[in-house]
Amino acid sequence: MVMKFTPHSSPHTAGNNDTGKLMRLVVLCTIPGILVQTYFFGWGTLIQLVLAISVALGVEASILKLRQRPISFYLKDNSALLTAVLLGIALPPHLPWWATVIGVTSAIMLGKQLYGGLGFNPFNPAMVGYVVLLIAFPVEMTTWVPVQSISEHQLSFLGSLNMIFTEQVGELTTQSLKQLSISQFDGITAATPLDTVKNDLGNMHSLQESLSSPIFQALAGDLWYVGKGWFWVNLAYLAGGIYLIMRKAITWHIPLSLLATLLIISNMFSLFSEDSYATPIFHLFSGATMLGAFFIATDPVSACTTNKGRIYYGIGIGILLYCIRSWGGYPDAIAFAVLLMNMAAPTIDHYTRPRTYGHRIPTVTKE
Amino acid sequence: MASVVIYAIVAFVILGLIFGGLLGYAAIRFKVEGDPIVDQIDALLPQTQCGQCGYPGCKPYAKAIADGDEINKCPPGGEATIQELANLLGREAKPLDDAHEGEKPKQVAFIREDECIGCTKCIQACPVDAIVGAAKKMHTVIADECTGCDLCVDPCPEDCIDMIQLQPTVDTWTWKAPERTIPVKEVS
Amino acid sequence: MKAKSAHHLWQFAGGIHPPENKSISTQQPIQDLPMPDKLVLPLRQHIGAPAQPVVTVGDTVLKGQKIAEGQGFISCPVHAPTSGVVTSISDHAIPHASGMEDTCVVIEPDGQDRWIDKQENPDFVTLKKTELNAIIREAGISGMGGAGFPTAVKTAPRDNIDTLIINAAECEPYITADDVLMRERADEIIEGIEIVARLISPRRILVGIEDNKAQAITAMEKAAAGTSVDIVVIPTKYPSGGEKQLIYILTGKEVPSGAIPASIGVVVQNVGTCAAIYRAVRYGEPLISRVTTLTGLAPKHPGNFNVLIGTPVSHLLKTGLQAPVAKLVMGGPMMGFELASDDIPVIKTTNCILAPSKEELGEAIPEQQCIRCGECAKACPANLLPQQLYWHSAAKELDKAESYNLFDCIECGACAYVCPSHIPLVQYYRFAKTEIKVQKADKEKAERAKIRYEQRNARLEEAKRQKEEQRRLRAEKAAKAKAAKAAAAKEAAASGEAQSADAPKKTSQDDDARKAVIEQALARAKAKKAAKQAKSSNDGSATPSATDKAE
Repeated sequence: MVMKFTPHSSPHTAGNNDTGKLMRLVVLCTIPGILVQTYFFGWGTLIQLVLAISVALGVEASILKLRQRPISFYLKDNSALLTAVLLGIALPPHLPWWATVIGVTSAIMLGKQLYGGLGFNPFNPAMVGYVVLLIAFPVEMTTWVPVQSISEHQLSFLGSLNMIFTEQVGELTTQSLKQLSISQFDGITAATPLDTVKNDLGNMHSLQESLSSPIFQALAGDLWYVGKGWFWVNLAYLAGGIYLIMRKAITWHIPLSLLATLLIISNMFSLFSEDSYATPIFHLFSGATMLGAFFIATDPVSACTTNKGRIYYGIGIGILLYCIRSWGGYPDAIAFAVLLMNMAAPTIDHYTRPRTYGHRIPTVTKE
Repeated sequence: MASVVIYAIVAFVILGLIFGGLLGYAAIRFKVEGDPIVDQIDALLPQTQCGQCGYPGCKPYAKAIADGDEINKCPPGGEATIQELANLLGREAKPLDDAHEGEKPKQVAFIREDECIGCTKCIQACPVDAIVGAAKKMHTVIADECTGCDLCVDPCPEDCIDMIQLQPTVDTWTWKAPERTIPVKEVS
Repeated sequence: MKAKSAHHLWQFAGGIHPPENKSISTQQPIQDLPMPDKLVLPLRQHIGAPAQPVVTVGDTVLKGQKIAEGQGFISCPVHAPTSGVVTSISDHAIPHASGMEDTCVVIEPDGQDRWIDKQENPDFVTLKKTELNAIIREAGISGMGGAGFPTAVKTAPRDNIDTLIINAAECEPYITADDVLMRERADEIIEGIEIVARLISPRRILVGIEDNKAQAITAMEKAAAGTSVDIVVIPTKYPSGGEKQLIYILTGKEVPSGAIPASIGVVVQNVGTCAAIYRAVRYGEPLISRVTTLTGLAPKHPGNFNVLIGTPVSHLLKTGLQAPVAKLVMGGPMMGFELASDDIPVIKTTNCILAPSKEELGEAIPEQQCIRCGECAKACPANLLPQQLYWHSAAKELDKAESYNLFDCIECGACAYVCPSHIPLVQYYRFAKTEIKVQKADKEKAERAKIRYEQRNARLEEAKRQKEEQRRLRAEKAAKAKAAKAAAAKEAAASGEAQSADAPKKTSQDDDARKAVIEQALARAKAKKAAKQAKSSNDGSATPSATDKAE
């Protein structure tokens, strides 16, 4: 009686790493940030998230079906979930529902599945979706809600739902919303602090004048004039990000080099002209800086894969981020900076190959 | 008015000189040595010299390709060679020509020696001198040098030459690429 | 640990810490097995040319008798592990990743275990270096750590070696053969090391042991006291027992890509090999048995055994099972290979038979897409970019895979172990490596074929040219003769001469056709005779050019 087996290649054992679990951990680490964001900006964020997740999973499943791939096997990698969460967080809380649907569909379909699914996408899918929306619907996308405590209208959960799905609450309609956004603040909508500073500096106001606008009204907890609420939101994402590094889900290279670059450049310009450039703290803790540094730029598929490359990649994003914020056409720039560096990632990887054991110098070959 | 015209002309002349100089320099600096394309093509062909392409050997086929013939006429090379040729020549890779039976596994000729009459026909047919023997003496194939072109099979009057498929040994065995073990498609 | 571990250590890049699972097999001392029913001895248990049998079926052999002779410089003889009868010399399944068969000598033991006359050397210190190395060679010793390189090649006397490293790291999970060997036979190991040291005169001798083997370290330190052997305790990390990694840990030097350790003045030997060298030199015992670990959750009595080379794995499993065997791995879970059946013998390189239960090491998890997370690059001890190697290997872009230093991969499996998408990375690399080797061989063969083809063409051209030349000369001659004749007898007609001048101009096709007819007739008439002739003139010394003349 001879025992027979079908031999496989070694190794015959595996560690506990798992792509699905990894993605899930990243999603879980956004929760503190989401909670703080909800606290300051109302139910809109949560509604956007639920909407984005359901659309993302639906789109992913139907494309997998079209591509005749096993659906649950691929859904279990949680990558669609993560894309939806990152995009949902980045969207303005009261963005009309159809815009969210377009954004998420673009992210999953154009950003990922058309390239062949997870692992083959050269660009960060969430940011593809974001940029599609930003270019197609600039007004809706740059209209953020003000922090609840300084707005005249506080929207209930139902109010937010109404706002997102019917685009009107009481006497406020989409039309008035747009006018309001032009008049800059109050009511139900307002520009983000980044936007405000950018506009004011562009209009020859000094930074001090700009910071006196209502959204900067220093209340407890907003010690550094980064915009009410934004500081805490960023702090929460920073905490989540540090936890990710501790759990070794991401490496420190990209976030640290990105934040350090941003800090150094903003410090330089701030020292050079205090009145015309925002402070380093403002840059670090405003907008989507922390979310971008720890959760978006670190997307492994579209980022650099060598550690040295990751440092250059982070530096690149930091520089682009500052440049677009300060002199570009958009108030925040995580999406553009990340997408631009995505394009550069393969080249960076190619030139930052580590030195293999037994080789004198890293071998760089002609492609 | 006149000065503008002069400026424009001067500017263009200067620009012309600069770019002319650059191009001239580039022509020297990045000079391409002759174009040994036939040799490059020949290097990609499997050198079985089997003539299945319709040419009397690999080099003639290489010349024909360089002159515009199709790149999909080489069965011993198979898809891999077509792909390499396509890359080299910037042409589209095509499936193997329909006239051919498709890729065959590697094989060598084997002479059933007790049936050989020593006619030397196969020796004359062999393009790579892989058969030894003399008139009215038994012939045999040097298996290591045989390209498996089977040109010796038809001329044999005794029909005593077989094409034998090479079986892998422990030395020539290769690992297979992993099969993707994606679960079977669900019925939904 | 002790003062001796103050030796400076270097840390190689990457590495992993898989569960060790070593205590499964270290609870018992080394045990003996009952005699198996048959012993299957592959002729190729080492790297290099296979051995040639020097016995025939039906021969009675004694324990320690040489049954196959090494062929060439890099080869190893094989000896009978016990007395008995040679029952077959034929193909049998061998321990190889391919699961294929190769020539094996099968011996049926007679149960008496009678030794051949052994050449003992109680005062081996007086032997000459060349004599010592000849003993090692004749004893059929090859590296017992896994690769199986003929030891005598590495111990050939020389004086350009800086460091002799003894690999006692045993970094693979589960395996404890070297561990228990050091615990129980430290003295033999140290003696063996000193024999090697005498042969290659290194400046220093370092024994690298991972710090998870406290008992072995104590035993070795005790045995090494007063000798020039340094016991160096290194941190436990897989794969610190990889030859290149251990060299780096202990010396800070890297073996250049494609070179051997000797090129940087280092020779590495396994502890088991050293013990075998001592047995061979002192007691004249060739390598006919080794310590092999039987482990995993399936065997009822896991532990280390003195196993005769050639013992089928099924015989080891007869010690009892407590769970169904999910698979059989020869070697460890990281670098070992799976066996296609249990009717495969233990050979000189078999340090471990791992028989896991299904729960322990079950089916592979389905492969997902690579997300380029770079975990593999962090784990790679050779500082490669496994994700790039995978990408190009999977896409069969073999030249690109090679440009990412594919051949510096030691196939340790650390990358596949940490991969969150469960990609069988090592298999992709193996596929690419073997594929590249085949392609290179094909290219070489094509190159040879091309040269032969061109030479043949040149020769045919030359023959044709010579024929033309001869024809021309003959024509000239004929013309001269004609002129002379014409001069001599002006009235004579020239018709006869003209014909003779025309004769050589017949086309070769005519020639061939005529020859074919002749040959066919010849064949029909003399088929039998030709066949007989053919048989007798087997050498075929005639060259192709000779046959061309026949044309």
